[in-house]
Amino acid sequence: MFSGFMLNAWAAGTIVAVVAGVVGFFTVLRGAAFAAHALPNGAFAGAAAAGLAGVNAVLGLGVFSLLGALTIATLGRRVRQDVATALVIVMMLGLGALFLSMTTEYAPQLFSLLFGEILGVSSAELLPTLALAVVCIAAVLLLYRPLLLSSVLPEAAAARGVSPARVQFAFLVVIALATTTAVPVVGALLIFSLLIAPAAAASSFTSNPAAAMMLSVLIALATVWSALALAYALDLPIGFFVGVLGAIAYGAGRLWAGLRVTRRRAPPADLDAWRPRTLIEPTE
Amino acid sequence: MSAAAPVTAAASDLLLVEGVSVALDGRPILTDVSFRVAAGEFTGLIGSNGVGKTTLLRVILGLLTPSSGHVLVAGAPRSRRNPLIGYVPQQATLDPDMPVRARDLVGLGIDGHRAGLPLPSAKRRGQIDEMLAAVGATHIGDARVGNLSGGEQQRILIAHALISRPRLLLLDEPLANLDISSEQEIIELLSRIAREQRIAVLISTHDMNPLLPVMDRIVYVARGKVASGPTSEVVTTEALSRLYGHHVDVINVHDRVLVVAGRDDATVRHAGRDRIVELV
Repeated sequence: MFSGFMLNAWAAGTIVAVVAGVVGFFTVLRGAAFAAHALPNGAFAGAAAAGLAGVNAVLGLGVFSLLGALTIATLGRRVRQDVATALVIVMMLGLGALFLSMTTEYAPQLFSLLFGEILGVSSAELLPTLALAVVCIAAVLLLYRPLLLSSVLPEAAAARGVSPARVQFAFLVVIALATTTAVPVVGALLIFSLLIAPAAAASSFTSNPAAAMMLSVLIALATVWSALALAYALDLPIGFFVGVLGAIAYGAGRLWAGLRVTRRRAPPADLDAWRPRTLIEPTE
Repeated sequence: MSAAAPVTAAASDLLLVEGVSVALDGRPILTDVSFRVAAGEFTGLIGSNGVGKTTLLRVILGLLTPSSGHVLVAGAPRSRRNPLIGYVPQQATLDPDMPVRARDLVGLGIDGHRAGLPLPSAKRRGQIDEMLAAVGATHIGDARVGNLSGGEQQRILIAHALISRPRLLLLDEPLANLDISSEQEIIELLSRIAREQRIAVLISTHDMNPLLPVMDRIVYVARGKVASGPTSEVVTTEALSRLYGHHVDVINVHDRVLVVAGRDDATVRHAGRDRIVELV
């Protein structure tokens, strides 16, 4: 279980889980689940195009997911975000079907992009995956405060000069990066599950956003590692375990949240406690 | 105090709005709006829903460019991310599923526009604790914002806006959806902030009655124009009839003011829409 191709699977799965946990936190917070569904699935067209052009599938994935992010962000300023997202996924899947019909190659490798081939990750693929993951996580950490502020209070963010439209675009680019990192490893369907379930579960266990993000990473890691081990031991598909374990984590979170609801009484306001460091003088 | 007369600038003005006109999608929303707000003053921006109060606040915040006129904040032209302005947006629906505590939201008021993670420091924590105490929210600092009541959420939003130490605090309908006792608490808090910290408070609301005891000045919006000045000068039958362009009656009932269309007593034009139902 810890040798040869399995070693690569453990490494790739770990990288993807960390990315999914970090990006998933903001995906759930911003209600961007639909975009997280659309970009990985639509990027499949990019892999098909890459197959036609005879270049690396990851390049096709990257270009198409970034184009998809750009289109959703641009279109989303004029029409509803969900409509823009739906149009992009439909358009990209249509293109994917066209490119597939034009290719003379045998297509199972492309279809594996939907379900991933974590057991087929080669040592040569690990380094690019790691590099993409580092860029993606660095981007989220850099954007952390503006993302949090504009997710919770978009109007107040705008008043502070944090444009919600620009933040949305930046975040879609982050999802595109996560897509490019993860789709070759776990496929479009599993990355969707890993982006949503661990982060949603983590949000039930803690109200501290930074802690929730870290917990989201831990749950994603636990999900991927358990799924790999169970799939190896029981010879059942990894996708089955990732989906089910994600749902179980979420259910446990809701149960936990339901068990503790706290509320306290209000003392009066105390303006004296708020001693201005720079006294505000009336303008004369 | 009238809508058309130019507003003369005084040195103590924190906010000066002069001849501002705004059109959205070709439709005029505000026409030649002028008024001013001084430090330490509590000003009510009064008008019914959809009359352009939020639009006016967006102009002051620099989020919307007026087709004519200008806005000065502490004597300087308005700009985006003006540290002199604190803003409490119209009650956002804070999702209880969001893993965000009250103190996180207040902390974002210090540095939410900066890149990176907020590094925990004793100074930052102390600042947040002081601000929470100032708005009477120490006990809910660690609570999830989405689980707080409307009044508690308003306190947190006010703390979020105040922690960067602005000199002008803008609040968009902070009293909407509050029960009477929370409403009174928030008004009392804002009035104390204005008085004790010399912060100019501009608060928009569709019902002026709860603000009457504390309001120093009123900016009354109707038909895209404003009448501004001391409450006793603006909330009169003459001034408001001029603003509305037809006769309205300002009636005092049990310390409440009702603005009623003159010709048809059944039509409550403006303030106290809910309350006249109780009185009839």
